[in-house]
Amino acid sequence: MDKGPARRDLMVTVLGAVTFFFMLVALLGALVWAPKEATMGDVQRIFYFHMPSAWIALGPGFTVVFALSIAYLATGRLKYDRVAAASAEIGVVFTTITLVTGPLWAKPAWGVYWTWEPRLTTTLVLWFIYVGYLLLRSVAGDGHRRARLAAVYGIVGWVDVPIVFFSIWWWRTIHPRVLTSSGFALDSRMTAVLMVSLAAFTLLYVFLLVLRVRIESMSATVQTLRFRARDRRGGGV
Amino acid sequence: MGPVNALGQAWAITKKDLVAELRGASTIVSMVLLGLLVVLVFNFGTDPGAKDVTLARSGVLWAAFLFAGVIAVGRSFATEKEAGCLDGLLLCPVDRAVIYLGKLVGNLILLFVTGLVILGFFTVLYNVGLGAGSAGLVLVMALASIGFSAIGTLFAAVGAGVRARDALLAVFIFPLLVPLIIAAAHVSTVLLAGQGLGGAGLWPWFLVVYDVIFLAISFMTFDFVVEE
Repeated sequence: MDKGPARRDLMVTVLGAVTFFFMLVALLGALVWAPKEATMGDVQRIFYFHMPSAWIALGPGFTVVFALSIAYLATGRLKYDRVAAASAEIGVVFTTITLVTGPLWAKPAWGVYWTWEPRLTTTLVLWFIYVGYLLLRSVAGDGHRRARLAAVYGIVGWVDVPIVFFSIWWWRTIHPRVLTSSGFALDSRMTAVLMVSLAAFTLLYVFLLVLRVRIESMSATVQTLRFRARDRRGGGV
Repeated sequence: MGPVNALGQAWAITKKDLVAELRGASTIVSMVLLGLLVVLVFNFGTDPGAKDVTLARSGVLWAAFLFAGVIAVGRSFATEKEAGCLDGLLLCPVDRAVIYLGKLVGNLILLFVTGLVILGFFTVLYNVGLGAGSAGLVLVMALASIGFSAIGTLFAAVGAGVRARDALLAVFIFPLLVPLIIAAAHVSTVLLAGQGLGGAGLWPWFLVVYDVIFLAISFMTFDFVVEE
């Protein structure tokens, strides 16, 4: 019983250290080691942080919310709801990073901060859905009721995102497109840095998720203890 | 309890809502007025002399529909809650899906009627000759109303259970309605440009698919929303 939490603490510390190491390597790689992009110059280096953030936001971030929302509704275990909430919070952070770094890069590269291109617009809609999910949690009280309402939003929102992407993509292919997002050929060193950065961001996501879930569990424990203490005092306030 | 019986029960809920609405008529009046105001206000934002305003115009139409619609779906559960009737409704010995269906159809009728009124004023105020496109626009309005009330009814039920519901409902449902609005605006742009429904390609079918997907998900999840 006593060994459990201690071992978990150790694992979290190790995970944190590994994440820190990968992040450091990714930073060095992105800012120093990776070659300067021929046409865009140094500003292209934002790509090594932009793309991994988008990956976390669109990939694991929201998919975990969806999967655990279903798991919660199927089993009624609040643990799943806590992980879903943590994932949504981290997702909103990474979506925001994507939406901030994107325009910063787009302005020098494309000449505009924003274009109503499918990926950009979908990310923006995704941001609204994430924020809506968190807002719903913040007004829905607590316990199983909040978990149920949030789970429904998590499921409907996740199903909506690909439909949003598809509708914008289809709409944009019919209307003339002002800008095409022309890619650039990745040099082998660039690819290597991108991979390290993707790994670093994924680790960071997992690390933050573990920490956030731990805080949520602790606050649930405190709540339980408080109720118990109140009961012992004789049911008074 | 056969399927006919269930439909009859759902219709009883719809009828109750519609009768209450007709006696009080508060929701539909505020919906129509808000819709018309949006049409009016947006008018100042578009240059009347501009050449290609059809796209902006159909945007105005759907913005008006969105804002008016969010009032309708919001009221559908809020009034129940305020009057203490929601518990009574949930205690009815009927399936939860029946309650959802009854509420959904009530909202659908309100949305559709309001949409048609907005559409009527829109054609007059923007001097749009509908002609051949009018049947198509009514069809799009019907398809958009179905999708809107599927999501709207679900989240109105969510909203009835939380604090500060009225302001937040729009925040919850507008992002989810983005594909619906894109499709509806696209089809109506084609229709307003004088082409028939055939000019819109597969977009009307996109609306149908959207409606089916979210009707299915809403039916599956509504149970969890109203569970106590």
